[in-house]
Amino acid sequence: MNKKQKKVLRRIILASLGIVILELLPVMEALKFILYLIPYLIIGYDILKKAWKGIRNKQVFDENFLMAIATVGAIALGIYRVLNGEMAEGLENGREGVAVMLFYQIGELFQSYAVGKSRRNISELMDIRPDYANVEDENGRLEQIDPDEVEVGSVILVQPGEKIPIDGIIIEGSTTLNTSALTGESLPREVMVGDEVISGCINISGVLKIRTTKEFGESTVSKILELVEDASSRKSKSENFISKFAKYYTPAVCYGAVALALVPPVFRMLVMSAAPEWGVWVLRALTFLVISCPCALVISIPLSFFAGIGGASNAGVLVKGSNYLETFAQTRYVVFDKTGTLTQGVFEVSRIVPEQMEDYKLLEYAALVESYSTHPISKSLQKAYGKERDTSRVTNVEEISGNGVTALVDGMVVAAGNEKLMDRLGIKAKVVQESGTVVHMAVNGSYAGYILIADKLKPTAKEAIKALKKVGIKKTVMLTGDRAETAREVARELGIDEVYSELLPADKVSKVEELLQYKGDKEKLAFVGDGINDAPVLSRADIGIAMGALGSDAAIEAADIVLMDDDPLKMVKAIKISRKCIRIVYQNIYFAIGIKVICLALGAVGIANMWVAIFADVGVMVLAVLNAIRALSVKKL
Amino acid sequence: MKKTYKIEVDCANCANKMEEATKKTAGVKDATVNFMTLKMNVEFEDGADVKAVMQEVLANCKKVEDDCEIYL
Repeated sequence: MNKKQKKVLRRIILASLGIVILELLPVMEALKFILYLIPYLIIGYDILKKAWKGIRNKQVFDENFLMAIATVGAIALGIYRVLNGEMAEGLENGREGVAVMLFYQIGELFQSYAVGKSRRNISELMDIRPDYANVEDENGRLEQIDPDEVEVGSVILVQPGEKIPIDGIIIEGSTTLNTSALTGESLPREVMVGDEVISGCINISGVLKIRTTKEFGESTVSKILELVEDASSRKSKSENFISKFAKYYTPAVCYGAVALALVPPVFRMLVMSAAPEWGVWVLRALTFLVISCPCALVISIPLSFFAGIGGASNAGVLVKGSNYLETFAQTRYVVFDKTGTLTQGVFEVSRIVPEQMEDYKLLEYAALVESYSTHPISKSLQKAYGKERDTSRVTNVEEISGNGVTALVDGMVVAAGNEKLMDRLGIKAKVVQESGTVVHMAVNGSYAGYILIADKLKPTAKEAIKALKKVGIKKTVMLTGDRAETAREVARELGIDEVYSELLPADKVSKVEELLQYKGDKEKLAFVGDGINDAPVLSRADIGIAMGALGSDAAIEAADIVLMDDDPLKMVKAIKISRKCIRIVYQNIYFAIGIKVICLALGAVGIANMWVAIFADVGVMVLAVLNAIRALSVKKL
Repeated sequence: MKKTYKIEVDCANCANKMEEATKKTAGVKDATVNFMTLKMNVEFEDGADVKAVMQEVLANCKKVEDDCEIYL
């Protein structure tokens, strides 16, 4: 608790003690009434002061004003009744006035405590900010300095157990990194000299020297923090609804209270010629005012979103605004990019089909012929070959653009390339139905077989698609620039409903637009990409999601939701988190408004007294805040 | 131009009122008050004198909620 809260707590205790003593004190009722004013002023003086200032600043409909009017009104009514000889009723009114103020303050204290606590909880979850960077001075001594002061290109030292403060490249040492603060997964990553490392990772085992490539403010960790902190500034529809609601609701209830105090008594006097019963109706009007505080709503909705965003970021899902969380919860269509999203984007030799020679031999020829190429395909061949290549065996290398390569290997003419190359050489190639990229091989003018190179599916991709269906996604679509056979094969294996292949980046945008037209109003469409060249599509979809964005600024910029690691299953988790958060938001809206409306109705007909009113105000607020904090726990989703 | 300020305010509804008051201040193009992070993002009109505008914003906020603070 901070100083302000402690002060309020002391006042609450003091006033409660005062009330208890007064209850036990055997004094005259009129005197008791006057003595009640002491705890009232102890607990309520600041509210009265604020209410007065509010009136002077023409801001009458704030909660201080409501509380001041309600309690002063109750006490005034008590005085009136005491003077008229209705001792017991008058005393009861006075007691209610003091109690309302007391409970209001208890509620306020709880609220400020709960909000402060969840604020701290959430910032602890997001505590990835490094406090210092180690820099060596001229004498070789280590110095801890503010990461903000480290210039680009400086060398920093990171010891085991420390966070990497700034993005950079390792120039000395190797280690295992824990990326869980960024990804929510505790899969360790091995790094060594020459590798790029990003800030926020924790160095587990070895000492690292890193040459920084960015300023602290531009480093991953700063970007992420900035993003998450700004996230709750982008307000959702629910939040806007509530602020609007509060704006009209409070004045409306105030006028309602005035009407309740005036209309029925006047009606009784004039029409029914009965006693006006001013006391009864004024008390009901005051009850109205106590119920009318919009606090429960106004606090619990942003708190729910904030907790949801905090919980999500702890799970490695960055949500860039409350509004996106809201939209994402309504997602019914998910459109995937293929390469890098559902597949690993890494090419690997998946099959070797030789004619009249051994697998190994065919692969060796392929690797040798392609040894001067830096194309990803040739890299994958080299990787599969796995040995140091003896390039002296290769001469007369000739690259035929868009076709392939021919060269002399050990004096034999070896050709590696696509069907066009085989046609060109007048060699009949086998027809291949499987998905992937095919490298046909010919040795000395006769067909030698083919090597199939395929992008590997992510291990969790299939499970993710299945799980998406389970959480109510109506349709999954895959868009790719890859050839039709490959695309169909991947879609079939993963269980994706629709697939569009051989698309250029611009085609992807128009496809997404088509899909957007087709869906219903309340159904949202999410596009998931790896963020590298998907920016236009990411912004065109209702929700753009970038995957595997660890260290990719472009993706973090373009997407609305960022999945920090490569796992497609995170999509499902993200949907569940957003739905839970929205569920809590709606629970709070219905619950708070519902209870208030019921209590208002009961208050108007005289069934609900001040005590019910206090529950409707403070009790509802406490429950709504507790409910909101639930949004923070996302571990088990 | 956009700037972010730390604020101090106790209730969420008051934060909403501060946002309204800030938006209505001359020289302010748009503003959001984030109660959860206790931050205020203010976007100024082109050519506005930021310091003077913020003094005005503070005065306006004090009017709607006496118990608030903006750390300029």
